Amino acid sequence: MTDTRFDRAPGDRPILTGLEEEASSGLLVYTIGLALAIILTITSFWVANTSLLWGPGIPLGLAVLAVAQMGVHLVFFLHITTGPDNTNNVLALAFGVLIVILVVAGSLWIMTNLNDNMMPPGELMSLPMRP
Amino acid sequence: MNIGVAVDDVHQRALPSANESGPAPKRVVVAYGFWIFLLSDIVMFSALFAAYAVLVRATAGGPAGAALFNQGSAAIETACLLASSYTCGLMSLAANERRRANIYLFAFVTFVLGAAFLGLEIREFAAMIDRGATPQRSAFLSAFFTLVGCHGLHVAAGLVWLAVMMAQVAIKGIRGTVERRLLCFALFWHALDIIWVWLFTVVYLMGVRS
Repeated sequence: MTDTRFDRAPGDRPILTGLEEEASSGLLVYTIGLALAIILTITSFWVANTSLLWGPGIPLGLAVLAVAQMGVHLVFFLHITTGPDNTNNVLALAFGVLIVILVVAGSLWIMTNLNDNMMPPGELMSLPMRP
Repeated sequence: MNIGVAVDDVHQRALPSANESGPAPKRVVVAYGFWIFLLSDIVMFSALFAAYAVLVRATAGGPAGAALFNQGSAAIETACLLASSYTCGLMSLAANERRRANIYLFAFVTFVLGAAFLGLEIREFAAMIDRGATPQRSAFLSAFFTLVGCHGLHVAAGLVWLAVMMAQVAIKGIRGTVERRLLCFALFWHALDIIWVWLFTVVYLMGVRS
């Protein structure tokens, strides 16, 4: 028999299949998501407070953990999948991520550059004034 | 001959979807529209995050994050919001099964956890303001209160929305429109949790560190 279940995002409303079976699998999806999110959150807090890891690498590690947790939330809670019903959602998400990266990385880049090129206030004061 | 029967069977069992001709189910369209709104909201938050990241060192001689933030309360807030996200998911499942008692139960738990989060956050803000760390003190604190306060406002709006939805379930019953609104609420609540993940990472964990 052709398997038609790929048309439905996991956790989405069952249309034809049995209700009881769907309920338990939906519960399983949310519970797996919760467990993964808890593990990632605890890891984040541990990474931020430990002295075992190399200090300068910790912000990057925290960012990676946050990206991972965002992925867990998207897949297990928001039910973003690769199913045909979800193509539009995924494309919109990709566009949103692009804009977010442009805004955040662009702002940081420009402002860092500006700070580097800004003359320190002391030097500004000691400039010879020309009439 | 048996093949013909099987093909008929497939058509009967197949679900309405994008790869068949015909309009997508209303549930999919509504969720897509709301998803676009959520993404625009996330883009707005990204601007606030960028402002915060740029201004995080601009303390103007005032207190910095490491002296102000309390990781313990951030951890409890995170736990509250994550648990409320989970119970919100259970509420969506109950709505799919049309079990009204379960909807009320999980909506109540979600509301209580969300309110606990908000209460903790307001207490934290009040403690900071008591110590003189008001939004007027430095650019860093302005950015902090804008970013975290904006998320708190979203949570407050979500709580009001949840209360309204429960009234709708009680008065109108679980019909199509109410069901789709519940779906949108669940998307909103989960998206807020995603923003909080970035908030506690960027503001609290990285802030306490540096």
